[in-house]
Amino acid sequence: MVGIVIVSHSAKIAEGIKELALQMAIGYEGLYTAGGLEDGSIGTDAVRIMEAIQNADQGDGVVVLADLGSGIISAETAIDMLEGAVKVQIADAPIVEGAIIAAVEASIGNPFEQVLSETEKTREFRKI
Amino acid sequence: MASRIYECIGKISEAINENKDFLTDLDREIGDADHGVNMARGFSAVMEAIPQDETDIGTVLKKTGMTLLSKVGGASGPLYGTAYMEAGKLAAGKSELNAEDFGAMLNAAIEGIQKRGKAVRGEKTMLDALIPAYEAYTAKVTEGADLISALEEACTKAKEGIEFTKTIRATKGRASYLGDRSIGHQDPGATSATLTLEAILDYLKG
Ligand SMILES: Nc1ncnc2c1ncn2[C@@H]1O[C@H](COP(=O)(O)OP(=O)(O)O)[C@@H](O)[C@H]1O
Ligand SMILES: [Mg+2]
Repeated sequence: MVGIVIVSHSAKIAEGIKELALQMAIGYEGLYTAGGLEDGSIGTDAVRIMEAIQNADQGDGVVVLADLGSGIISAETAIDMLEGAVKVQIADAPIVEGAIIAAVEASIGNPFEQVLSETEKTREFRKI
Repeated sequence: MASRIYECIGKISEAINENKDFLTDLDREIGDADHGVNMARGFSAVMEAIPQDETDIGTVLKKTGMTLLSKVGGASGPLYGTAYMEAGKLAAGKSELNAEDFGAMLNAAIEGIQKRGKAVRGEKTMLDALIPAYEAYTAKVTEGADLISALEEACTKAKEGIEFTKTIRATKGRASYLGDRSIGHQDPGATSATLTLEAILDYLKG
């Protein structure tokens, strides 16, 4: 099963998105968060992100959703540190909508490429 | 006894701490008011993480980089983190550096920041201090200057780089969300990069 990692500057945002996504993907256990810093402050931590990716990985790949700015740079750093040990990619998608779709897709057992491409389709979602 | 590289990193940490509020204020103008807080948190974690008596410059810089990319929190964390780690790769097993070594390490640090941040010169980032500093440094070394006098010139150019960042708009990082509103303010990262070079110079001058 494909894993998912939610990266946010805020632990509360990351946990909130997890809660929201799991409402639509009940029982899915591959979703991990890396929100904020270890001491609870706002920020992103490449080492925590790397660990979350390792935890989420069950051998079928991991899709990462990140918020803005250093969320992306830190996630890229984390992926480089893994040196190819995990098949992992950052989805170019809005973090909330993307996480929900990713969780649904992953929970029904779809493969990595499909989870990623469906997640990235959320870029086109119209709201009104 | 504390190693020289430990003391040198300690000097950088001190300089960052002394300028914590200043850096944060700069970031308040064109960012999210955390650059000084971020860097100070990162360096206090670094000073706890590196063993005082470690003489291998590569080992110390690698640890410094790993700690920064975990503890700083902002974009400057992975950027400086990568810079220290890339510089450290060239210093593996060394406990002393000559002028050429230092130049090569500064270059590797800059390339690391560029790989990570995908920025070039002129985007109002730390690179606008570091690239001119590196160019001045290598020009001096080619003329036969020693590390300290080349680094003196580098610091002068880095400071000019800070001034230059006031004249341009940011196209990378948070400040880029502000568009033309970023003009007139100096870049916090260019400032902390200059403080770093000045702290190394200070340390070497004793
Ligand atoms: N893509 C980038 N490339 C190079 N430097 C960058 C980049 N993005 C941001 N910076 C530097 O980082 C500094 C801001 O650091 P900091 O405030 O710690 O991070 P954040 O912007 O995430 O709050 C900027 O002043 C700039 O010099
Ligand atoms: Mg900031």
